[in-house]
Amino acid sequence: MSTTDPHDAPVATPDVVLCPEGPMLLRGRHVLEDADGRRHETTRPVTAVCRCGKSQSAPWCDGTHKLLPPKVRP
Amino acid sequence: MRLPKARGALSDALFSVLRSGGPAPAGVAAENRDDAAIALWSLYELHYRGFEDVAEDAEWDPDLLRVRRTLEVGFEADLGARAAAHAETYPDDPQRPVGDAIFALTEAHEGPSLADHVQRAASEDQVLELLRQRSVYHLKEADPTSWVIPRLEAEPKAALLELQFDEYGCGRVEQLHHRLFERGMISCGLRAEYGAYVDEAVVEVLEQNNAMSLFGLHRRLRGAALGHLAAFEATSSLPSRRVTQGLERLGMAPEVVHYYAEHVEADAAHEQLAARIICGALVDADPTQRESVLLGVRACLVLEDAVATRMLAQWEATA
Ligand code: FES
Ligand SMILES: [Fe+2]
Ligand SMILES: [Fe+2]
Repeated sequence: MSTTDPHDAPVATPDVVLCPEGPMLLRGRHVLEDADGRRHETTRPVTAVCRCGKSQSAPWCDGTHKLLPPKVRP
Repeated sequence: MRLPKARGALSDALFSVLRSGGPAPAGVAAENRDDAAIALWSLYELHYRGFEDVAEDAEWDPDLLRVRRTLEVGFEADLGARAAAHAETYPDDPQRPVGDAIFALTEAHEGPSLADHVQRAASEDQVLELLRQRSVYHLKEADPTSWVIPRLEAEPKAALLELQFDEYGCGRVEQLHHRLFERGMISCGLRAEYGAYVDEAVVEVLEQNNAMSLFGLHRRLRGAALGHLAAFEATSSLPSRRVTQGLERLGMAPEVVHYYAEHVEADAAHEQLAARIICGALVDADPTQRESVLLGVRACLVLEDAVATRMLAQWEATA
């Protein structure tokens, strides 16, 4: 039932996942510097980083990308 | 927690058996939806934290399980019918990956919004009432989904654990989501013990809660449990933001604002994990799970609509 054969060479879980029309997921602990030079530290196992530029919680995603027309989503 | 108040003939008979340990009520039918919902809710609670006034071994009593099963069959059929009606209005596009399909459905769905009301117009009393209703779930937040973990293959299991670990505070009790909600309740002068407000819960809230337990406790419904999770997360970030604005408008305590603020950012990550990675991996490995996942998505949406319709109507009537 599993897609991956456990005997195949292991494929690492990605540390960074680009979500279609949405944020970038970051796994693990990272320090992110925003465009103004401010640093932000991730605090959860997986963090969503805004890619649409419209989040009110920048640099983190707050779901605002869903209010954008699909054409202008990331 | 002690047993809640009965709401009809079935829950009355059932609760006296639960208290005394006599033979389970056979052939007593539920009098109405409230009666069925509180009976089923209480039978499910035997699998969570139980009741001070019920013996611990009631959990696996075969006669009680038979009562539970009878109630579940009726409830599941009702949910299936409501999900099918939802599918008529919002059909699935089977060509889409399941993650995209979940976002498409949750974004297309139109329903009454409690978050909008809280943001713009709710009184403090209405917000407190809503917190008491929500407490039936939020004081066991994430628990119904934990039943699913041992039923999954490696990929969806690992991703689900990442999400659940965050719900459970990443090992820090003060960050555990149901603890955050307890602190929010206390900050507003409400009681925070598990089950404190079940007697006030409207039937729509009990049914919403029962659906999560039904999906969580049946391996057969693991897809629905994960679909429900994905829809729940995908309808949380933006509404949680609106709730924080409403709570701030009313000058409510920072602890309760914090609960909702935490969900703006947490659920922006959880919705992606749940829809694309967890449900995605489940359906990739077994495409027959898609239908079950979508049942869970639709159930989540229609059950929340029912809660919102009920609460808004109640407040309109007393305005
Ligand atoms: S990507 Fe989600 S708010 Fe910008
Ligand atoms: Fe949560
Ligand atoms: Fe969440």
